[in-house]
Amino acid sequence: MSTESRIDAFSVRDRALAGGIKPRKYGSWYVAEHRIRGMRAYLQTLVVTSIGNPFVYLFALGVGLAALVDKNLGPGAVNGVGYLAFVAPALLATAAVTVAAEESTYPIMMGFKWNPIFFGMNAAPITGNQIVNGMFIAVIARIVPTCVVYYLVILLFGAVPSPLGAFDILVATLTGLAVGLVISSYTSRIEEDKGQMAMIMRFGITPMFLFSGTFFPLAQLPIYLQGIGWISPLWHGTELGRVLSYGAVEPFWLTVLHVLYLLALCIYGWKATQRIVTRRLNK
Amino acid sequence: MSSPVIAARLLTKKYKELAAVDGISFEVEPGESFGLLGPNGAGKSTTMRMVGAVSTRTSGDLDILGLDPNEHGPEIRSQLGVVPQQDNLDQELRVRDNLIVYGRYFGMSLADCGRKADELLEFAQLSDRKKSKVDDLSGGMKRRLTIARSLMNDPRILLLDEPTTGLDPQARHILWDRLFRLKEQGTTLVLTTHYMDEAEQLCDRLVVVDKGAIMAEGSPAQLIRAYSTREVAEVRFGSERNAEVALLIEGIGERLEVLPDRILIYSDDGDAVLAEIARRGLHPITSLVRRSSLEDVFLRLTGRSLIE
Repeated sequence: MSTESRIDAFSVRDRALAGGIKPRKYGSWYVAEHRIRGMRAYLQTLVVTSIGNPFVYLFALGVGLAALVDKNLGPGAVNGVGYLAFVAPALLATAAVTVAAEESTYPIMMGFKWNPIFFGMNAAPITGNQIVNGMFIAVIARIVPTCVVYYLVILLFGAVPSPLGAFDILVATLTGLAVGLVISSYTSRIEEDKGQMAMIMRFGITPMFLFSGTFFPLAQLPIYLQGIGWISPLWHGTELGRVLSYGAVEPFWLTVLHVLYLLALCIYGWKATQRIVTRRLNK
Repeated sequence: MSSPVIAARLLTKKYKELAAVDGISFEVEPGESFGLLGPNGAGKSTTMRMVGAVSTRTSGDLDILGLDPNEHGPEIRSQLGVVPQQDNLDQELRVRDNLIVYGRYFGMSLADCGRKADELLEFAQLSDRKKSKVDDLSGGMKRRLTIARSLMNDPRILLLDEPTTGLDPQARHILWDRLFRLKEQGTTLVLTTHYMDEAEQLCDRLVVVDKGAIMAEGSPAQLIRAYSTREVAEVRFGSERNAEVALLIEGIGERLEVLPDRILIYSDDGDAVLAEIARRGLHPITSLVRRSSLEDVFLRLTGRSLIE
């Protein structure tokens, strides 16, 4: 090999090594940026639903149902507070879970299939792990504003007695992520759409919404149905939210358990999704 | 001469027991235009994915720009442009945005991405469609956009997997013209194709691949010289009679190839072949004389045609 060619070989190699630095460091953020740019296409819908939803729910439950419950059971009707204060943390967590579920079903499956952008990203310097990170950074970017708006509407209805209630936004985000990441560890495996997404909604999200101590305390249910609540991230998120927003009384260990359970689901879902996405890209 | 930008030695990819790529070796020099020619299922796309540093090899050595893709996938990919067989543009984004998000993946600033995107839209003759939705583009336009996207990072090597499959002749010629310009500018091109005319147009050198292995290697002209004659006479006697007539014209030309719909007679003088057939009292329904092509090389090497 001549000197000249050695220099050339080195410079080609060095240029490649230098070219990998930024993508390795910021790749996840580039993916999030891409995804958020994609969301702009339906930004209006997102804004309208994230403002409209809380009003619809709070009017229905706050003005409608809460009046009925409070009238019959007196103030401090449920869990020592008015019905609206009781249900508000659950609604907030549910809003986050709904967004996360939306974002971790079709967009994840689409990325491999109908709009296979994951393969394009991976042909550029982006890794499978970064794709998963970026998709979920974008999910957070959708959940947080949704929850902030929701929280403000809840405030407007006077349903947050404690100033600590603002932390419910964080709790709801964590709950949403836990659900979203676990769902994506499943949806990232799907090769053929045989209605699995509808199944997730019908037999996963909806029962979870109804049986997680959302509208009534879990203790109201027969013991064999309470199990749904204990494994439900939404129940853990809701209970944690209640501790913060109106000082619901529960043993300290249970509060710690709520946090640990949600974190554990996040980590499991995150790592499993990364592993599956990486394997699927490497054909 | 400088060192090769791609060096593969006994490169193998197995899916369970099936070897999609079975120990192939080749090198690509900088600035060269290198082709993998073979039928569907020959292992071309798998080879391309390994060279593209997205598919891990089962065994063998692979060196791209002096780096091993197992260790330095993102680094290698930062220097590649990839045009996959199936377009994977983001249909949720508009034309120009597709280029911008892609440029970002290489760590380019938004300003650089914008400038480069406009330049490449010009190159791809899509400037007037930059605000269009991807779905509204024709097949040829989508391919051109994919090529434009692959050039966002000024790649050292451009990998094109079946770049013109599914395009109409006019769209193919526009694309070939764009690729030829890149070649002139010194971009290293690696492409797979099952179209011999495409290989002849674009490749300086190529390997003929079948069933995961390399059957022959050389420039199109070299391959034709080595594995075929200068001319080919094609005669048709009707699908019923071809096989039977083949026995009667045995010995004319250097070699015969009997296909279901026609007989190919290889010879350096095709007209002489037709004259001899006529002298034997045989009258084909149609006959023509043409120059040998890579299709003939492939037929000779594998006993099968490229497009089945």
